[in-house]
This record gives sequence, C-alpha cells and structure tokens, in this order.
Amino acid sequence: MIKFIHVTKEYARGEPALKDVSFQLPKAQFAFITGHSGSGKSTTMRLVHMAERPSHGEVRVSGFSSERTSPRDIWKLRRQVGYVFQEFRLLPGRTAQENVSFALEVTGTPDKQVRSRAQRLLSQVGLSSKAGSEVHELSGGEQQRVAIARALANEPLLLLADEPTGNLDDRATRGIMDLFWEINAMGMAVLMATHDLDLVRRYPSARVLELDQGRLVYDSHEGQDTNGSVD
Amino acid sequence: MFYTPRETFSAFRRAPLLTSLSAAMVGLALFLVGLFSLAAHNLKLALDTLEERVEIVAYLRDDAGTDEIAEMERALYALPEVMLVEFVTKDEALVKARRELPEFREVMTDLAVNPLPASLEIELEPGSRTPATVDRLAQQARLYPFVEEVQYGQEWVDKLFTLRRMGGVTATVLGVAFAVVAALIIGTAVRIAIFARREEIKVMQLVGARDGFIRRPFLFEGAITGAAGGTLAIGLTYVTFRGIFHYLFSIEWIPVEWVAAGILAGVIFGVIASSFAVRKHLREV
Repeated sequence: MIKFIHVTKEYARGEPALKDVSFQLPKAQFAFITGHSGSGKSTTMRLVHMAERPSHGEVRVSGFSSERTSPRDIWKLRRQVGYVFQEFRLLPGRTAQENVSFALEVTGTPDKQVRSRAQRLLSQVGLSSKAGSEVHELSGGEQQRVAIARALANEPLLLLADEPTGNLDDRATRGIMDLFWEINAMGMAVLMATHDLDLVRRYPSARVLELDQGRLVYDSHEGQDTNGSVD
Repeated sequence: MFYTPRETFSAFRRAPLLTSLSAAMVGLALFLVGLFSLAAHNLKLALDTLEERVEIVAYLRDDAGTDEIAEMERALYALPEVMLVEFVTKDEALVKARRELPEFREVMTDLAVNPLPASLEIELEPGSRTPATVDRLAQQARLYPFVEEVQYGQEWVDKLFTLRRMGGVTATVLGVAFAVVAALIIGTAVRIAIFARREEIKVMQLVGARDGFIRRPFLFEGAITGAAGGTLAIGLTYVTFRGIFHYLFSIEWIPVEWVAAGILAGVIFGVIASSFAVRKHLREV
C-alpha cells in the first residue's frame, strides 16, 4: 500500500524533516506514526498524499510513484487515499451532509447518487441524525466524524489521519478510534500520526512507527514480514 | 452536471456581501473606463464635425467656359478622395457674400459690376481630410489655366490634423492606462473573493477533484462578477451621461458596440483574474 525507500525530505532552511526513512505498510494494516512535535510525522503524511515530493528516495502509494506521478495525475492517487486532520477542515456554512456531498460532487459522482451516498456515509460514522446540522452546531467529535465520512467518500484503500484526536476529549477520542478500527476491519489501511503515546498503548495490535528528528527510530513490526502486497 | 452553476450561485448566496463588493469594485473600475469612453467618443464627434468644414475652393476666371468648368468638375469627381464638387456662380457668390458678410451688405448692393468670381467648392471624403491630400488636390486644381486661385486654409487644416493626432495618442495612452487600472482592481477584487474560499479549493484537492473541475465554478463566478460589474459600470456611465446632457451640454451616448465591449471586458478580466487566483491556490497544496 505504502512504500518509503530511503526517503529524505529537505527544506530550504533548517535540518531535513525526514532522513533516510524506509518502511512499508501492507494493505489493511493499522499503523501509528508517533514522535514529538517536529519529528516528521506530518511530513510523512504529506509525502504519502504527494502534497510534497521527497528530496531523495522514492515514495510509492497504491501503484503511484513520487518519481513518475505528474502533478496532473495526483487527483487519481487522492481518490484512493482519504485524509483527516486535527482541525477537521470542514467547510463552514454548510451542513454535515453538504460537506460529504461536496466531496462526492467534486469527484464526479452522478447527481442522482450524491444524496443517498452521503446519507449512507454519515450513517456509517453514526451521524445520520445530524445530517442537516451546520458544522458549527456539531461537537468536535461529531465534526471529526463528518470529516471521516468525507474522507471515505471515494471508497479509498488507505486512510491518513494526522492527529485526528488532538482536539477531542477522551470520550470523543474513543469513539473516533473505534470508528477507525471498524473502517480498518473492512479492509482499509489506516496510517495515523499522533504524539499521544497513551493512546497508542491502548491499541497493542496496531503497528507503531516512531520518528525522532526525522529518523525512523522504532518499528514495532521490524523483522516481521511487512513486504506483503505493497501496491 | 449542474455542479458548476449550482456551486457558483450558492457561493453568491453564502457570501452576498463579499460577492456584491467584488462586483461593485469591478463596476467602479469599469465606470472609469466608461467615463473615459464617453469623453473620447464625444471628442471624436466634435473633431469629426470640425473636419467636415475642411474644403478646397477653386476660384475661376470670369472668362472660363462652361464646358471647361464641367470637364474640371467631372475630373475632380472621378478622384476617390473627393466626396462632392459644387459649382458656385458669380451671382450665387454675391448672394452668399451678402448673407454671410452683413457688414459689407451696403457695399455689395451698390455694385455696378459683380467683382466676385465663380468657384468650385470641393468637399473631401472623411478619411481624406489630411494636410497632404488637401494640398495635393489643391495643386491639381491649380493646374487648370482658368483657375485664378485655390484656397483651403492650410494653417487651419494643419492645426486640425495636429489636434486630431494629439487626441488620438492621448486617448490611446489614457485608454490603456484606465484599462490597466481597471484590470488591476478587478484582479484584486476577484482574488479577495477567491482567497475567502481557499479552504474549499484545498478540500477539493484533498478529496481528489481534478484541477479543471476545481477551476470551473471560480471561472464562472469570475465571469458573472465581471458581467455584473460591467453592467453596473454601464448604468453609472448612463446616469452620468443623462446628468451632463440635462444640466450641462448636449452630448452623444457611446455606441452600442462599446457598451457590449465594456461588459465583455468585465467578463474577460473576471475570468482571467479568477484563473490566476485559483492557480495560485492550486499550487499551494
């Protein structure tokens, strides 16, 4: 699903954000990326989403290579990779259903199917009853559920989550984590960046990748067969 | 299929103040161009009216034969630069002089012999009233032996021509300057409107919308903002025109093609500005 091959990411100023990182994530695996602030977690996520390209090395995601995918074709990758953020990034002034419908519409879902699919997605994240509520009327946990429903709109193979529980209380966090595991159980790989080690410890079956100052310093599955099907 | 128009109009509905302000900014920018067009058009009409007075008068000897004069008239008519040739007899010249020069009416009435010569008054086609053409035709008229003298007010024609050239250059420079200012204002107005919706662009990119699909509603919005601004500008220019017409002096309204060009310019500027602004945000993610 994801393969990082000796990936280094340098910016114009300062130390490299990632230094010679290699790992691979098979299909349907649940993995945490942990590390302190500035350790390279978000850079890793952005590289997977090809919002950035590596300075050295190669990133492969679901058959797309950072070396060969042109900017014009990135949309094809992004329909296979859902993305949720700490700050939800929902469109204000729109209802929960409109936020999900928006993602369906802009990716070319036929008009007739948009409404029913949006309702099904909201039902999947347990928000059917709040479909008509505007974003500002929803709690943090509910907003994150809408964001997850939106990320699932294109039935992706991989879900990226960058500190998705960072703004949530413990109860809402548990709800979101349960949802991620349900999604994972349906066969979708989940790569979640978090600095919250307590949260990581609650899910011992998940793989843990730890970054420190841009280097991959720990991989709980090191030595195990993670070669699986990479694409 | 209906996503683009629906999304465009819902953007207007969600942020009516911002979109109205953008259209108003576009309208005021194009209003400057409209006022300039009104002034330039009326200045051109005034110069055209002055130019119509450019004519060549060939004064004929008293002994010139009717056939000779008719032959000269025909020859002049055959020239492409000549619009009209009018033969004025001695008697007609006297009548005209009495009418146009009332201070000499007494002198002209007591004359035993009419001292005024017959003449051929030559009017030129609108594009041929340049000093060079007028001078060339005057020289040609002088070649006829029965022509006593040819007058065309050389100094007047030279001044008029200079005035027209200055007017043309000034209008072009000012017109370009106004258009550039309008384009910059429109660009800024559209960029502000799109900046307010940059999050939508990012979300669209995140979920895998194609760049062309992301651009479409914004280009449509730019076109509508431009058209609304253009229409507002025409309205403001018309109100100004009516005000001047009523309270100051008689002027002409700008040609309908200019009105259409003004609205079209608004649309084109709006689309181009949107395209640049969206491209900038598309590069950010």
